Amino acid sequence: MNTICIMCPMGCPLNIQEVNGEVVVTGNTCKRGQIYGVEEFTHPKRSVTALVKTESGGVVSVKTSTTVPKERIFDVVAEIDALRASDDAKIGDVLARNVLGLGADIIVTGTAKSGVPA
Amino acid sequence: MMGTLNFDVVIIGGGPAGMAAALSARKEGASVLILERDVRLGGILNQCIHQGFGLHYFGEEMTGPEYAERFRKMVEQSDVEVMLESMVLSLTDDKELTVLSPKLGLCHIKAKAVVLAMGCRERTAGAIALPGTRPAGIYTAGMAQKICNIDGYLVGKEVVILGSGDIGLIMARRMTTEGAKVKLVLELMPYSSGLKRNIVQCLDDYGIPIKFSHTITRVVGSPRMTGLYYAPVGADRKPILEEEQYIDADTLLLSVGLIPENDLLGATRVELSRITNGAVVDENRMTSVPGIFSCGNVLHVHDLVDNVSHEAEIAGCSAAKFALGECEEQGEEVAVVAKDGVRYALPQKIHRGEGKVQIFFRTGDVYKNCRLIVESGEVVLLSKKCQVLAPGEMGSVIVDKAKIAGDIVVRLEK
Repeated sequence: MNTICIMCPMGCPLNIQEVNGEVVVTGNTCKRGQIYGVEEFTHPKRSVTALVKTESGGVVSVKTSTTVPKERIFDVVAEIDALRASDDAKIGDVLARNVLGLGADIIVTGTAKSGVPA
Repeated sequence: MMGTLNFDVVIIGGGPAGMAAALSARKEGASVLILERDVRLGGILNQCIHQGFGLHYFGEEMTGPEYAERFRKMVEQSDVEVMLESMVLSLTDDKELTVLSPKLGLCHIKAKAVVLAMGCRERTAGAIALPGTRPAGIYTAGMAQKICNIDGYLVGKEVVILGSGDIGLIMARRMTTEGAKVKLVLELMPYSSGLKRNIVQCLDDYGIPIKFSHTITRVVGSPRMTGLYYAPVGADRKPILEEEQYIDADTLLLSVGLIPENDLLGATRVELSRITNGAVVDENRMTSVPGIFSCGNVLHVHDLVDNVSHEAEIAGCSAAKFALGECEEQGEEVAVVAKDGVRYALPQKIHRGEGKVQIFFRTGDVYKNCRLIVESGEVVLLSKKCQVLAPGEMGSVIVDKAKIAGDIVVRLEK
């Protein structure tokens, strides 16, 4: 398969093939591209970023601490939607651990904005 | 009204460029003030909650708010002064600023050097003369991003995006994971104006179609948008109306270009480039007005914040040296000229002397298997084969200043 590496903004064009039972990546210019190529061929994974509601009705941004299987992105988003953060949540706070058993924690990445008064 | 405040270096704008410039100016020993119009430092990074920042600068992948927080902490730990919710109303060649702030009211500030770090703004429906009526539901991509990620509201349910700038692509994914249906992306040009990897991870991953060489012919609906007509364009980029199609949509996001926000320079003699819409600068990022420097997206629109931080450090350091009277003797000035497929090269001026200088450039079209050539007088400073060069991806070359033999030309060869 041919794809573009998404590991950094260089966007190297990758060619990934299975040769004698081994996944061979060409076109990458760094080690991260090699790892990405193999993963993209065998089981694609992505980081997820989203928002969590705060107690007072505002929002705070979050990320998965590591990548999750691409086909589970919407399951992870649904889990994140069900979370609530405190109004004083700060960057680095862990809101959930090992979400859906996928090995990724949900980490706060921003400063909560208080809810907009009605 | 108060008297005049005095600083060695005043930075206009507290986004990534302003913060990095402030820190490097302070490191040189200058007294530094950041003027920021928003309620907090960080600028546009605060609403860019996706990953992809910091790989070059910090050696790790982070989100926009995390990248901003790193710098915000460094600013807090330094003795750089910060005035938030402060709007600069005017700036003169003598580095006198009029500022409106909730704490000080209308105040005057005198600087020995000024760093412009105001960033850029988005082109709007009016700027591209979007055809059709003006129903509710038309947003610039960055505005939709702010309403979503900062305020917590989704701006629509059935979305079409015009333009393939990075913010538009990022918002295609963002609105999809928030439950909206992004039906189509239309791009006037035959290529994407954003990074390749954003096409892959924001559109392809979610099965969102992109139509190149297509544009909108009419927006319809009242009071809310209900749909739009679009058509392919010919070689003259004019729509072929016989092939017009209709699509239902309640929301249109525009990701059709960014413009450096240099309105403040009207009363100064800072020379602006008609191509970048930013100032014409030398390698120290000094403009045509001595003591006024420029960096980040107000100078030229960047793809990567990491590059903004590096560029701002050059501007901040140079501004401090200027303010403190520590400028080294400069060699003869040569021009940097973009030619043959290269749309612009920056800095536009370089002084002969010691050390190395990095020249950034963008091409005007997509070029495959071409050669990038940098010449100075009769000397070829660099000649390198490039697989692909595209307008959406800024390139750079490093040049040895000692080898400069005259004006520098950056060009492409087939």
